[in-house]
Amino acid sequence: MATEHIVVNCNINGESQTFLANERDSLLEALRDRIGLTGAKEGCNNGNCGACCVNMDGRIVNSCLVMAAECEGSEIRTVEGLAMGDQLTPLQNAFLEQAALQCGICTPGFLVAAEALLEENPDPSEHEIRYWLAGNLCRCTGYDKIVKAVQQAAGQSIV
Amino acid sequence: MVTAQSQPQSRETEQYNVIGTRPIRHDGVDKVTGAAQYGADITLPGMLAGRVLRSPHAHARIVSIDTSKAEALAGVHAVVTNADFPRAADEEIDTGEGSANLRWVLDNVIASDKVLYKGHAVAAVAASDHHIAEDALDLIEVEYEVLAPVLDVRDAMVDGSPLLHDSLHTRELDGSNSDNASNTASHLQFTKGDTEAGFAEADVVIEREFETSMAHQGYIEPHNGTAYWRADGTLDIWTSTQGAFVVRDSVAPLLQLSPSQVKVTPMEIGGGFGGKIPVYLEPLAALLSQKSGRPVKLTMNREEVLLATGPTSGTYMRVRMGAKSDGTITAADVHLAFEAGAYPGSPVGAGAMCSLAPYDIPNQKIDGYDVVVNKPKTAAYRAPGAPQAEFATESVLNELAEQLGHDPLDMRLKNASVEGDTTAAGMPFGVIGNVECMTAAQESPHWQSELEGPNRGRGVAQGFWFNIGFESSAYAQVNGDGTVPLVLGSTDIGGTRASIAMQLAETLGISSDDVHPHVVDTNSVGYTQVTGGSRTTFAGGWAAYECAMDIRRQMEERAAQIWECDASDVTYGDDAVVRGPADEDGNDRQFSFKELAGQLATSGGHIVGRADVNKTSSGPAFATHIVDVEVDPDTGKVDILRYTAVQDAGTAIHPAYVEGQMQGGVAQGVGMALNEEYFYDDSGDLKNASLLDYRMPTALDLPMIEPIIVEVPNPGHPYGVRGVGEVPIIPPAPAVRAAIANAIGVHMTELPMSPRAILNATVLDDE
Repeated sequence: MATEHIVVNCNINGESQTFLANERDSLLEALRDRIGLTGAKEGCNNGNCGACCVNMDGRIVNSCLVMAAECEGSEIRTVEGLAMGDQLTPLQNAFLEQAALQCGICTPGFLVAAEALLEENPDPSEHEIRYWLAGNLCRCTGYDKIVKAVQQAAGQSIV
Repeated sequence: MVTAQSQPQSRETEQYNVIGTRPIRHDGVDKVTGAAQYGADITLPGMLAGRVLRSPHAHARIVSIDTSKAEALAGVHAVVTNADFPRAADEEIDTGEGSANLRWVLDNVIASDKVLYKGHAVAAVAASDHHIAEDALDLIEVEYEVLAPVLDVRDAMVDGSPLLHDSLHTRELDGSNSDNASNTASHLQFTKGDTEAGFAEADVVIEREFETSMAHQGYIEPHNGTAYWRADGTLDIWTSTQGAFVVRDSVAPLLQLSPSQVKVTPMEIGGGFGGKIPVYLEPLAALLSQKSGRPVKLTMNREEVLLATGPTSGTYMRVRMGAKSDGTITAADVHLAFEAGAYPGSPVGAGAMCSLAPYDIPNQKIDGYDVVVNKPKTAAYRAPGAPQAEFATESVLNELAEQLGHDPLDMRLKNASVEGDTTAAGMPFGVIGNVECMTAAQESPHWQSELEGPNRGRGVAQGFWFNIGFESSAYAQVNGDGTVPLVLGSTDIGGTRASIAMQLAETLGISSDDVHPHVVDTNSVGYTQVTGGSRTTFAGGWAAYECAMDIRRQMEERAAQIWECDASDVTYGDDAVVRGPADEDGNDRQFSFKELAGQLATSGGHIVGRADVNKTSSGPAFATHIVDVEVDPDTGKVDILRYTAVQDAGTAIHPAYVEGQMQGGVAQGVGMALNEEYFYDDSGDLKNASLLDYRMPTALDLPMIEPIIVEVPNPGHPYGVRGVGEVPIIPPAPAVRAAIANAIGVHMTELPMSPRAILNATVLDDE
């Protein structure tokens, strides 16, 4: 069972990265184990929970379902790439102000997914928010405060 | 810097400066930037990755295990089986929300002579990376003698059923053990009055049977455990746990180490709900580290989490309840049979004690049975045992109200437990908010509204949970700039750094932003019980209060020393101003907190406040939930249209996180009500061990959940706190059942009330 290693060049959070991937590594494993970016989390490793969401070439993907070797030439943005230094994004601030996290393990995935929603649809309805985020599981909050945080970041008044 | 959001405080908390406000949690920024380090995020120099080999059978004898081929694989550093562990003593150890026999704890961590459920750990491997560790699992040869599995609680209780444990005898009511080995580990009973006389007084008696499926806690973070067994014989563990001290006190005896040789560092934890109290991976990682001489990290995948951790009990329950035509409940007889999983220890006792607690019923008999089956050993799950037991009792109560033509909340109010009442289990109630919750529900906009439309219905249910207190520690330094680092032993699952720091800040009279809470390892703080039992804000907050009072006393003494006066003439005010007697010139003398903090170093040294509390009291919690549903008669799918959760928090320290607990509890309760189930085939193979098929609620499955916080302060706490985390998972299932009955006239008798179950009860019944 000899293992092949593959050189992968890509851009992660605005920086060029070259890393050596095990041929069996998913993007999630490469991010966490090879590059040291542990913000994306493994919740299920088969695309059902969304905790590993990252933005790849403008699309949100479950990084557990992408092979690391497929990322050659890609632009990838993870939760670590959202804030500019200590300047949080409006969505990150809204998550804090709305108390939209309890344990916080699903938060990176929700943030990446919701940032993509707001880029595509800056004024989503509650139903559109819930539909878009249905691929991200949260077991703590019952989703209320997450939906409200997205509404706040969209500049909507919160009931 | 984070700033407190300006939000109106409730009437009950306006006497406070910090309590009742909604500051941004201290650990918040780390958790929205990906910087927070959870258990699986740790990397240590030379660290190996491990995987666990698990049983493909639900019940089998292990004939032999051959690990030689795995050990020979390049990159494999160590393989362990049960035979590598010291023989565990036959003794009980504290496991946080209960106790367990050490031998069974070890057997559940890694099987000895038999495997007792599919997914039971058999061997563990450490290798240079997890791909190699997975390859090595395929090379371990295990010969099994497959045995007939026992998968249903009632089958397991029948004489002649296959036995899981030859040595298990039923502990009977009188404390004796049964002559014959049995799958029933124990029988418990609580009685009050004379039930037969009570039923004779009733105008209506209803008896119902219920079955509920096992359901999983469903935390998004799988279990993990990293260990480094150093050459000097000390063991470091990093893990996601609800109780670092429980991990230490479980691992040390399993490995025959002193607790002083084991240091457990709790990492950030990605949800627990009771399921991250037992040890699973930590002892295996420790032994792999000892064998390899390297740090070892073990992580589970989701399938392993569902197969081999948690869940809560599946049950068979029977409830008979009688009432007079005026709505007075005269008698209740409750029979609870709970699946413990592979080893004794279901939460049937707690379920039994909660089952009728909201009501003052003169005649009660409650029987509970703890039964082993070939399924994973159950773990605590949010108000362990109560969601099942109260599903049964609340459902029958709702049917009685319906048959007698009473409003279900009026009937509850007529029978409600109040201060001075005592439950069948002998628990006396002090100041409780049972009636206040029911009344607030009746007055809510939701209950006052009309519900219209076909196949729609409304339901209501009550919930009760004890909450607990016990041991917590808080240490705090005063820095020269007036900021206060606060050291805690409680893992923060849902904002307890903030809720504890706020109670310290309130007591000191400073801003919660000036308090910096830190969760530390078992060598760096006093003993602290698990984050569970809804105890953390209650007991941790009490420790913070006493710690702050210790600081106040020391600062009074220091001011007296500086002013060269008697300490009894100095007072630390609630406004954080330390005042002394006038000086020789008649001028008032005072220090602000920051001024005095700035003089500590030069006036005799820094000060540290300290408190270790052990509170056997607690603040019982009640909740009333209202739900509207719509049932699709063609598919059996139930949609939640509207949901209102009313709950007595005692005092809501950080109302946003109280609401969050209420909303999260509802979501889990709705999942248990409608979708979540362990689906086994006849061989004991779990057929839905993924998050696609084990169907937890998504954002699209739920509406906004309207929280109504009732505050009946708990007189047994400095700030009136009751626990809030657990009780909200209890009312959803019976409330949804009542709403379904109201919508389509069908009284369901099982959980979950999935489309399959509803079609079985409606369409298929008609044919």
